[in-house]
Amino acid sequence: MNKWLETVEPLVYESRIKVPYTWSVGEVGSRFLIELRDHKKIYGTRCPKCNIVYLPPRKTCSQCFFNLDEWVEVGPQGTLITYTLVHYESSMMPMKSPFAYGIILLDKANTGLVHLLDEVKSEEIKTGMRVEPVFKDERTGDIMDIRYFRPVR
Amino acid sequence: MAKRVAIVGTGQTYHKSKRLDVNGVELIHEAVARALEDTELTRDDIDLVIIGNMDHFEGINYVDMWSIDGSGGFMKPTIKLTTGGTTGSTLAIAGYHMVASGLFNKALVIGWEKNSESDTTAAINTAFDPIWDRLTFAGAIGALAVEASAYMDDYGITERDAARVVVRDRKNACNNPYAHLRKEVTIEEVLSSPMLCDPVKLLDMCPRSDGACAVIFASEDVAEKITDTPVWIWGTANRHLYSYINDVNFHGLQSLKNASMELYQKCGIKEPLKEIDVIELYQPYSFGGLLWLESMGLCKEGEAPKLVWDGVTDMDGELPVNPSGGVIATNPIGATGLIRCAEVARQMMGKAGEHQVPNVKIAISTGFGGCMWSDILLYGKDKPY
Repeated sequence: MNKWLETVEPLVYESRIKVPYTWSVGEVGSRFLIELRDHKKIYGTRCPKCNIVYLPPRKTCSQCFFNLDEWVEVGPQGTLITYTLVHYESSMMPMKSPFAYGIILLDKANTGLVHLLDEVKSEEIKTGMRVEPVFKDERTGDIMDIRYFRPVR
Repeated sequence: MAKRVAIVGTGQTYHKSKRLDVNGVELIHEAVARALEDTELTRDDIDLVIIGNMDHFEGINYVDMWSIDGSGGFMKPTIKLTTGGTTGSTLAIAGYHMVASGLFNKALVIGWEKNSESDTTAAINTAFDPIWDRLTFAGAIGALAVEASAYMDDYGITERDAARVVVRDRKNACNNPYAHLRKEVTIEEVLSSPMLCDPVKLLDMCPRSDGACAVIFASEDVAEKITDTPVWIWGTANRHLYSYINDVNFHGLQSLKNASMELYQKCGIKEPLKEIDVIELYQPYSFGGLLWLESMGLCKEGEAPKLVWDGVTDMDGELPVNPSGGVIATNPIGATGLIRCAEVARQMMGKAGEHQVPNVKIAISTGFGGCMWSDILLYGKDKPY
């Protein structure tokens, strides 16, 4: 420890950074979220060159840089590729722990969707299990218009 | 031995206060697609991507990762750079350095900003020291206003002198399809616009824009195969100043003065006013369009107003400044310095269309930022020795 601390109080200046943001969703994101909000449908964009259906949809194929304008309805059911159980608490968590989330490959899509898992006991969650979305009744046009995915029964 | 480096193509977006039609990644892609089209290269030809902006303007902190779909960086080396207002010019200098190193042949350099997504002044203040500067310092406009006050006091410069710079740039912008503010203004309109920070009024200041710019740098091994009109980088210089705004000497832009002298010496420029054919000056406010010309050694101190009133810096003058309309017309901050570079390249390639200056052989672009620091780049139509 520095000797000066014996005679001077070390000050710590407290403040905060508070900046409001707005983010443009863009063309394909807007179309996707409007379909989700108004019709409870999930769409991806397809690259005809690479034969990849992207979810969430992209405007450009990251692999070949082709502009994508072909829409494919995917899901709503899908397969759980991987998951984890969250046990710790943080202010940024979407749910109170413990809860589960995973990456879900919706039918007809080639890239996974990250989302929450519920209506299932933690010990019953298995990679490869079939899941389906549960939609909110009041939808506002964001990805949480899907409340979570649950096992197909 | 370093490789010689040339710009072989450029692309920029249309600029607006709010580009609601695209998200950030899509905005970046718009500029990249135009640069690839300009060079007839594809994403596969690029061996390095360098991208930059100011994180706090959009609140996205790993832009190199997030922008991959737009930048074309998938499975390529990708670097992110941020240096405040100079981000765009730093990007250009970095593109030059990386290709000059001989390790990369074709570097795609991208600057972008979506300033509509946050409060620009609040975000700028986060660049300054939290203990000493943030509580009392009034963002970019305030720092420039105190420079203008000192300059007026030193040489009897008037607000009317500064307004003449705005009239020139806003007129030029009308000939640039990519410019944000494409409407002429008069001296009286500038003088009667709302006061922001005395003596800086609304029309003395740059806007904040949504936009992106991409520039492709290539080594001497491939540049002439890509284009018949490569724009060679002859040299660059960069100076940072202090941490604290109160330490800055406001009598002339010391960083630009120092960087310009180094650059002229490196490139053999003896009479800059005569030898340089066009300048794209990073000029965020009107008074900088006077004082900073003096700092660049284009005239004696206090004599820039005469230069500007005499029309020397107009489109048909001896040394046109900001044929694109400059920063006063278009300002997507992380792209702004790179647009200066792209605009110089377009001039030298003969691709500037309605705002083309004839026969550009030697040109300069600059960058300005943060605590009054400067970047400067010098370009030549001829291959450097």
